[in-house]
Amino acid sequence: MTPLAGGIADWVGLAIALPFAGFLVNGLLAFVAPRRRALVGAVGVGSVVAAFLVGVAVFLALLAAHPAEPYVVTLWSWIPAGRLQVDAALQVDQLSVVMLLAVTGVSSLIHVFSLGYMGDDPGYARYFAYLNLFVAFMLVLVLGASFPVLFIGWEGVGLCSYLLIGFWFEEREKADAGLKAFLVNRIGDAGFLIAMFLIFKHLGSLDFQAVFAGAPTALAPGGATVTAIALFLFMGCVGKSAQIPLYVWLPDAMAGPTPVSALIHAATMVTAGVYLVARANVLFAMAPVASAVVAGVGALTALFAATIGLKQWDIKKVLAYSTVSQLGYMFVGVGVGAYAAGIFHLVTHAFFKALLFLGAGSVIHMMHRAYHHTGRHADAQDMRNMGGLAAYMPWTARAMWVATLAIAGIPPLSGFFSKDEILGAAFARGAAQPFYYVVWAFGLAAAFLTAIYMTRLMLYTFHGPNRTGEAERAHLGEAPGVMTWPVVTLAALALVGGALNLPHVGTLEHWLDPVTEASAAFLPALAPAPGVEIALMAAAALIGIGGIWLAFRALHPETLLPPERAPRETGFARLLLEKYRVDEAYRAVIVRPLVWVARNLLWRGLDAGVIDTAGVNGSAAVARGLGWLGSRLQSGQVTSYLVIFVLGAIAVLAALLHPSLSAVYHLWAR
Amino acid sequence: MTDLLASIGYARWALSALLLIPLAGALLVWAAPVQAAKRIAFAVTLVEFVVSVGLWWAYDPAGPVMQVGGWLPWIPAWGIAYRVGIDGISLFMVLLTTFLMPLAVLGSWSGITRREKAYYALMLVLTTGMIGVFVALDLFLFYVFWEVMLIPMYFIIGVWGGQGRLYASIKFFIYTFLGSLLMLVAILVLYFSAGRAAGGVYSFAYDHILRYASLPVSAQFWLFGAFFLAFAIKVPMVPFHTWLPDAHVEAPTAGSVILAGILLKMGTYGFLRFAVPLFPRVAMSPAVSTTVITLAVVGIIYGALVAMVQPDFKKLIAYSSVSHLGFVVLGIWAMTVQSTQGALLVMINHGISTGALFFLVGMIYERRHSRLVADFGGLARVMPMFAAVLTLVSLSSIGLPGTNGFVGEFLVLLGTFRTHPVAAGIAATGVIFAACYLLWALQRVIYYALDKEPNRKLPDLTRREWGVLVPLVVVILWLGLAPGAVLRRMEPSARHFVAMVENRVPRMAGLTPEPGPPPAPASPAAGGAAAGGRAR
Repeated sequence: MTPLAGGIADWVGLAIALPFAGFLVNGLLAFVAPRRRALVGAVGVGSVVAAFLVGVAVFLALLAAHPAEPYVVTLWSWIPAGRLQVDAALQVDQLSVVMLLAVTGVSSLIHVFSLGYMGDDPGYARYFAYLNLFVAFMLVLVLGASFPVLFIGWEGVGLCSYLLIGFWFEEREKADAGLKAFLVNRIGDAGFLIAMFLIFKHLGSLDFQAVFAGAPTALAPGGATVTAIALFLFMGCVGKSAQIPLYVWLPDAMAGPTPVSALIHAATMVTAGVYLVARANVLFAMAPVASAVVAGVGALTALFAATIGLKQWDIKKVLAYSTVSQLGYMFVGVGVGAYAAGIFHLVTHAFFKALLFLGAGSVIHMMHRAYHHTGRHADAQDMRNMGGLAAYMPWTARAMWVATLAIAGIPPLSGFFSKDEILGAAFARGAAQPFYYVVWAFGLAAAFLTAIYMTRLMLYTFHGPNRTGEAERAHLGEAPGVMTWPVVTLAALALVGGALNLPHVGTLEHWLDPVTEASAAFLPALAPAPGVEIALMAAAALIGIGGIWLAFRALHPETLLPPERAPRETGFARLLLEKYRVDEAYRAVIVRPLVWVARNLLWRGLDAGVIDTAGVNGSAAVARGLGWLGSRLQSGQVTSYLVIFVLGAIAVLAALLHPSLSAVYHLWAR
Repeated sequence: MTDLLASIGYARWALSALLLIPLAGALLVWAAPVQAAKRIAFAVTLVEFVVSVGLWWAYDPAGPVMQVGGWLPWIPAWGIAYRVGIDGISLFMVLLTTFLMPLAVLGSWSGITRREKAYYALMLVLTTGMIGVFVALDLFLFYVFWEVMLIPMYFIIGVWGGQGRLYASIKFFIYTFLGSLLMLVAILVLYFSAGRAAGGVYSFAYDHILRYASLPVSAQFWLFGAFFLAFAIKVPMVPFHTWLPDAHVEAPTAGSVILAGILLKMGTYGFLRFAVPLFPRVAMSPAVSTTVITLAVVGIIYGALVAMVQPDFKKLIAYSSVSHLGFVVLGIWAMTVQSTQGALLVMINHGISTGALFFLVGMIYERRHSRLVADFGGLARVMPMFAAVLTLVSLSSIGLPGTNGFVGEFLVLLGTFRTHPVAAGIAATGVIFAACYLLWALQRVIYYALDKEPNRKLPDLTRREWGVLVPLVVVILWLGLAPGAVLRRMEPSARHFVAMVENRVPRMAGLTPEPGPPPAPASPAAGGAAAGGRAR
């Protein structure tokens, strides 16, 4: 008997149904009444806020019950096929509810912000329809009680990401960015599929409860099977959460409207991979090699993306690489086995990164408006066109400074605690496996770079002299309240979010215990010694402060020139600006050769050439030739008929002597 | 519903009615004035569909393997009879046919303007032929229907087709006919073999031949080859597929829909009903099985890659069929319950989704008289509803979870992975390539700037076009979200298929343990055809 039965938890599906209904209504309105903006906005925001309220109610119910086992709500039987029985079922447990609250909470704020940001867009209804659909799929992802149901959400959010990145589809590069995101994600998804097949083959089920309960006994810890399962699952995560080598879609995804970048490409969807590893923590804990790969890829990505972030001029591109980098941190967390720390960073990052994107959105929105007023065509996202905006947008600037300090890991803001826990756990694991010292060092270096590029972003955007233009300056100002309030709310969360999981209090960690305890048996202790812990904390804080100090010392916003007058970068700076030319390399090594092979070798060469021309039409020509030959043979000459008769008789005899043909013949002859 | 059907004796006459209604309809179309032809044809196919829906309830998954029978002597001296019946496999092939035909007729209303009477009469004759192929339980009858359906299709492509229709229709005909002639020879050999083994009782009945046909494995190999070739051409499997793109490109819209939706399924249906059950030792011998599975996987990847670079949208979809049908063949040869059910589901899904894609391409062709992807662009601006439906259908075709396409491919791959992990692993990359070719094309048709003058004034979907598309969209979502009722009806037949093969191929027994309901009652065929000879 679980105390959750009969309560609100049975209705957790409403959290999905409400935004989905919002999608249907807004989708219909997009066709029949796209001008009913008030209605569209009310449906769009209302359905998501309602889902948030459902989430709060479910959370309170779970808080009261705090069951040791997940509570599964089965809606209907989805794929019944022999031993495979997949239900359309949702799972309420400590982890899914944390995600439910984070997703619906941040989504609500971003939906409100969108009312202002997208206010003038002719595709208003379509936008909210897609955004609502996204929330519905994201909740399927976090609430699904089995791998296939999770996968519905997993690919569904990818679809919405595709639709929203290419929202302004008339611009070719935006539509292409959407396609790129979908295709790169699908590469990871193929791995996810194979992981599911492996799981089913060895465990006979795809339900979370059955798999995670059965794995410790059915699979050998550290064995090839569980390692392969974990690695293939992680392949899916690498795509969805933009890790090396599949991160390339995320920076391009900034082509979408900025609230979309905040919601999908910072706060929620891209963290799905981290969620998946945390959800499957038993499998990963049983596969130390796979976990090391997770942590290693995460550390490498964290540092690699941070270096690119140092030299970007597009404000959203800085944030995009920052997101890639921060996702790397989360994978370090779940890779070293600190699952709660990974989820903790996921939540705090959702606060401060959503804030940064929304703030950047406000800036872009106002820049755009200023340029629109004067009719000048300049890049509203290039920081070299900004500067000194703090005077015009004080609230946005203040809120973004909070987020900057949080992401830079300055105590006592939220990012300090979540990042520190990850680094601490990595360091602690280094005692047994020195590899993790490297992971820790990479993380620390990335933290230093994070502080630098974020300070750079703030200095260039909000401080120093303004470079927007004489005429435009008059039109700059603070964004409307509907956009500023969500930003300020997020600032408050970024400020105090660390309280969720303070060191030695560990509220979130204990809350997640029922989800992660099964993996504890396979993991070494992750808490560093008390003295070491203090030293690590001090080091992390100093690194952050040092980065900010260095940025203030080294960067001079007053010397910055607008892009058209700026000198070209050279050397390593240029390589960073061009993102190490990874996209170009992929294009040259994978995309172009593949299309070339498909077009010239397979289609024109093999299909049209060999099979059709030589094979099919060739045999037609042979038949025509034989017909001609036959007509020649009908010569009326008895001697030539005789020759043919003898040849034929020899052929028949030969066939009879051949064992396989003679068998057929004997049937006829008997 | 079941009681109601029983009270009218539905099971006794249903299949025969389904075979006769279209023929009668064809006569009616022939006799009626030309203006009424399309309406009569539509009404007849609707009646046909309504009659067929009863099969859903009349077929009892817990009952015997073959149900809803019909029997009449035809040429008793040679053991030829009108024997029909359905199992959980043919049930859905019949329903798919009767479901698609009204849509195909409705979808032809504006496209077909010449010789309408002949066109619609042929469509109806074709219906009888197709249903006959799926319900025939007499090998001679099967062969007759197999040929009957070939002729109307030949004319539909050859008369109402596009520029290169002559080349395409003759290619289609010769290819298919070549395969079916070999199959006829094989059927006759089986007939004599079974007759002798049964002590002089000669019959073309499927059960009879399944039970008694006994041949040395070396001879079975050749007979299997004949059946296999006939069906592999029809599927079509690489490298016998090049008739398909030509036939699709030249065929009128409804022709393409029927070709892809139903005719191709006859190849895979033939594998399930004849080629594999009649010669399990050959079909499942390591050499043959490896070859077929390799061809299937190659087809999945090859079809997708070649589809990706097609400039012609219809040709692109044609090559995508090669890829999709590769999944079906893979699922059949993987020989697990899940993969077989998955194969059946992919057969249905492909009929729905690819059928819908051909309808959609036909709709823009009628407006713009071009099928080239490059001639479009930005259609979402002028035809938003068309764009929305095309997007949904494309997503179903690439197997997005929540649509029908996912469930089928997932089951095929999941089941295949248990017996052939490497093949399943390679085939899984097909989901990447599928997204590549279809979404890339979708992108170039509906997205980007609306920069081509002739596209600026294209009207959105008409009411008749909605009528064609809505049923397809409903099925896409139904089979994607709640395929349970369909899967449960298929399961006994899939189980029976696997058990029948495994019982007769000792090598495989115990290889794929499948707890669950016990296998269907011992098949009458067990131990039959495999009686003679050593394993090859």
